[in-house]
Amino acid sequence: MSNPSTDSGADQQRLALLKDGIWKPLPLIRDARWRWALNAAVLLYIVLAWLSVDVNWSRVAQGMDRGVAFMASFLQPDFVTRSGEIFTGLKESLTMTLAATVIGVLLAIPVGLGAARNISPLPVYLFCRTIIALSRTFQEIIIAILFVAMFGFGPLAGVVTLAFATIGFMAKLLAEDIEDTQKEPLEAIRATGASWLQWVNYAVQPQVMPRLIGLSLYRLDINFRESAVIGIVGAGGIGATLNTSINRYDYDTSAAILLLIIVIVLMSEYLSGYVRKWTQ
Amino acid sequence: MPLIRQGDQPVWKKREPLKQYAHWAGWMLGGMLFVWCWAIISENTIWEFLYDADEQAASLIGRMIPPDWSITGSLMLPLWDTINIATVGTVMGIAIAFPLAFLAARNTTPHPALRAVALAIIVSSRSINALIWAMLLVTIVGPGSFAGMLAIALRSIGFVGKLVYEAIEEIHPTPVEALSATGAGRSQVLAYAVWPQIMPAFAGICVYRWDINIREATTLGLVGAGGIGLQMNAAINNLAWGQVATVFVLIFATVVVSEWVSAKVRHAML
Repeated sequence: MSNPSTDSGADQQRLALLKDGIWKPLPLIRDARWRWALNAAVLLYIVLAWLSVDVNWSRVAQGMDRGVAFMASFLQPDFVTRSGEIFTGLKESLTMTLAATVIGVLLAIPVGLGAARNISPLPVYLFCRTIIALSRTFQEIIIAILFVAMFGFGPLAGVVTLAFATIGFMAKLLAEDIEDTQKEPLEAIRATGASWLQWVNYAVQPQVMPRLIGLSLYRLDINFRESAVIGIVGAGGIGATLNTSINRYDYDTSAAILLLIIVIVLMSEYLSGYVRKWTQ
Repeated sequence: MPLIRQGDQPVWKKREPLKQYAHWAGWMLGGMLFVWCWAIISENTIWEFLYDADEQAASLIGRMIPPDWSITGSLMLPLWDTINIATVGTVMGIAIAFPLAFLAARNTTPHPALRAVALAIIVSSRSINALIWAMLLVTIVGPGSFAGMLAIALRSIGFVGKLVYEAIEEIHPTPVEALSATGAGRSQVLAYAVWPQIMPAFAGICVYRWDINIREATTLGLVGAGGIGLQMNAAINNLAWGQVATVFVLIFATVVVSEWVSAKVRHAML
């Protein structure tokens, strides 16, 4: 990193100080002018950003009681009063998550194959990359609004939303993984005269399968978290219950739902860690 | 690979027969679980709505094209707000996540009890979507960008914290040992043995999260937490799909730019 042959003034100074026993670490950016320009730019941005936010401090002070009440309700979550709604919502969220992940992964595999530059022709590649870009740009909740408008309220819109979002996520990572595969097995299987399907199944699939399983489990986790949100716009799941409880300032129920979400996410994380160890 | 004899012919199989049956049973169970889930969803769906889904979709897209460009000018300020929410929120989140990561990493934590607390904070923050944080914060600090920034910050703590503490746990122990052997104090070891090793990963994680936060900040307005989402929500409520399409195009452009910036910065850092 530090090259002794470059002797700018700052380096000389640093070395002179070092002889006196005063050591300073190397600066991250060598050129002092750049350093100062960067600092000034950051400062200017902070000022500009601060001007764009108008914090209503009296409103904040008013809301502090609610903030404290919310924190306190985590110590005494109320699972009982709304247990029926919570149970239905959670069941719907979990079923939506599973169905959407399965459908999404199944659809993502062909898209991912098409989006890998090393095994697909250019027109297919561009088409699949467009699908991925569209699916990845928009947040699940925006897609959910559109699908609710098309399919009506209910979990079906949620499943379609999550499946659509899963396609973009899985296909992108799968395509990158396929592009990183070793060439030799691909050539070897092709040289045996295998058909395209056999080629994909025996040359590509074994190389990407462990990661595909890991990613699917990770996406299952993400889909569950998202299923708690898309209910806000009417796409089914626990989100609707959560939204209602927050709007009613019924923080004890909100805390109960949030704790359940945290516990389920934790469990699925442990499970996926275990499965990943087992597949690799 | 087991070898099975069928008459005189040796046949290669991928698995032992018993394992193969277990494998099939697993797939069968998985399939049944999926069908059962689908049945529950189907029960709760009003299928009558679906009969005209294609017409609905066609009319929706028809009303979105062409986008209503006349509102583009009035969307610039909300867009600036959105970028501020994402950036300031990310910075606040990183400021909290950074010390938290050192408490949560096995090799730098001062005490196992502190580690457990730090991990609990990271998990809670990660499990809850920014939009839910925003819903809560809007009721606490009132609607506006401030609630959005706090929501983004709270969500980022878990993400940045988790990835950074994993990076800290993966450092080489030798520089730490070497520095400790010179008699360096705890903070000196952290600053000169741990920090230089995680710095590239840390910068990459921060920029990556900023990129995600730009996406998330575009939707926070749906629950009243400021940014371009407010305009989107208003347009949707007015069924002004032409305006919604304009917002979508702007979001798409912003996300593409932020992804490009983050890719450039990560490339330069690593």
